[in-house]
Amino acid sequence: MANKVIMKGNEALAEAAILAGCRHYFGYPITPQTEVAAYMAKKMPKIGGTFLQAESEIAAINMVIGVASAGKRVMTSSSSPGISLKSEGISYLAGCDLPALIVNVQRGGPGLGGIQPSQADYFQATRGGGHGDYHLLVFAPSTVQEMVTLTVKGFELADKYRMPSMLLADGTLGQMMEPVVLDIGEVKTYEKPWALTGTELKREHNIVNSLFLQPEELEQVNFARYKMYEEIEATEAMYDTYLMDDADICIVAFGIAARVSKNAIDAARAEGIKVGMIRPITLWPFPKKPLLEAADKVNSFISVELSMGQMIEDIELAIRCKKPVSLCNRVGGMIPTTEDILNSIKKAAKGGNA
Amino acid sequence: MVVFDRPHALADIPLHYCPGCTHGIIHRLVAEALDELGIEGKTIGVAPVGCSVFAYNYFNCDMVEAAHGRAPAVATGLKRADSDKIVFTYQGDGDLASIGTCETVHAAARNENITIIFVNNGIYGMTGGQMAPTSLPGQVTQTSPYGRDTQTVGYPVKVVEMLSQLDGASYLERVAVNNVKNIRNAKKAIKKAFQNQMEGKGFSLIEVLSACPTYWALEPTKALERLENTVIPYYPLGVYKDRFAKEEE
Repeated sequence: MANKVIMKGNEALAEAAILAGCRHYFGYPITPQTEVAAYMAKKMPKIGGTFLQAESEIAAINMVIGVASAGKRVMTSSSSPGISLKSEGISYLAGCDLPALIVNVQRGGPGLGGIQPSQADYFQATRGGGHGDYHLLVFAPSTVQEMVTLTVKGFELADKYRMPSMLLADGTLGQMMEPVVLDIGEVKTYEKPWALTGTELKREHNIVNSLFLQPEELEQVNFARYKMYEEIEATEAMYDTYLMDDADICIVAFGIAARVSKNAIDAARAEGIKVGMIRPITLWPFPKKPLLEAADKVNSFISVELSMGQMIEDIELAIRCKKPVSLCNRVGGMIPTTEDILNSIKKAAKGGNA
Repeated sequence: MVVFDRPHALADIPLHYCPGCTHGIIHRLVAEALDELGIEGKTIGVAPVGCSVFAYNYFNCDMVEAAHGRAPAVATGLKRADSDKIVFTYQGDGDLASIGTCETVHAAARNENITIIFVNNGIYGMTGGQMAPTSLPGQVTQTSPYGRDTQTVGYPVKVVEMLSQLDGASYLERVAVNNVKNIRNAKKAIKKAFQNQMEGKGFSLIEVLSACPTYWALEPTKALERLENTVIPYYPLGVYKDRFAKEEE
């Protein structure tokens, strides 16, 4: 049996990044993810890597672009307001077809907001966040162990598809300590013939660029990218289910909200209410198929979110509005209690809105 | 016998620059430096946003196109990814001295081992002639139609003077490309800025005073005269910092 160690979520994801072959980290201090930078500052110099505290989030993401252009695994981490600042660079990563991992340990917003956990950056993450048509691969861990496995997956799929990945965590997952297994097995790597490694006067120069002034050309670039996105939507959606076989009510929740929901489901089951859960692990691509299938079996859905109701729109789209979807939410750094969710389940069981 | 030819590092395609623009000269000087130092094959250039946005097509080395002002940060990433590579940015004054001031100052403060070619023509050319951070007091532009009023919009940013106050920066020089003598000096400075990087000497920035006949609304020869008589007196040429000058003597 593999060895387990107790780690904070932020430190676990940092260690996972190193295990995945990332040797370049750029960041700017922001709560509640500072442990990532602190961990990297300690570790990177010892293993020949780069830790650099950039002058701003904007500079950090552009340093990421530099390393990604050179074809090496690279990451940055931040929290909500910092991700807004990085969004320009994330759009450039997508436009230049560059792989990189961006970690968002979300806090309450908008504006400076607060420093407690939130999931209110769901739209920003799943719709891209910056300008133009693009997506990120968005991974939503709900345990410290998943902070590890999804960080590795984030690097692998980013390289595979030449696009940025985002690990969308929250303040709770970043700060909580849990036992994790760091034996992650073989990490997949990919050839990068497009990378800027110097021509050595042996090949044509490589250009990393997102500028296409001819509209016909830019249109084709967008079409091609979205064709790839279609393939990703068909093959890479990840989700987990809990007690869905006989469920009349389906909770949809990710991250920390899914953990509380699980407790509420157990409590509801003890009272004889048949409720289960579909937990999206990738938020983009969103697991539309299992939700649509569930829509033919359950009476209603409940979206449990730490936002004013963002994922709920994707649920309604995924199930083609076949069944009612109610919202159970807390925001601003508050987390729904088991009782909050249990009450929503009971209302749904009576056929009313949560 | 060939006495004058296109440098190998300069692509054999037409440049898009306006007649009389000095970007072409500066491109050539950079390419000559890469040729003479034999480093084209391991050089990676960072193009800016501005008139020289297409620099990624014009240099034969590997190139990346950065967001507006962010070239020094992108260059930092490239250099940290592989310190054996030679990394340079090519940036205009709007890019480097306005939106990218933060990245410029901090790359210099870190003494990042990169080379920056900073082309200062005192105007935003690509967007149609707006006031730049380096436009001279009184200069008429599209967004300072009554002349740059220092009471309301302040004074030009003198980049090499400002950076010379930082302990980090290694080599800062201001040159111009308005006549043969100055072009020869510019070449020397640019080559030295690359040589410094090869020798691990750290941050080098060459500010090149450049002409924009189109948006200065002057014919090319008059634009070069303005450079000589009006611009250079405000932005004096010379070495503003050379951390290694003494040991070379």
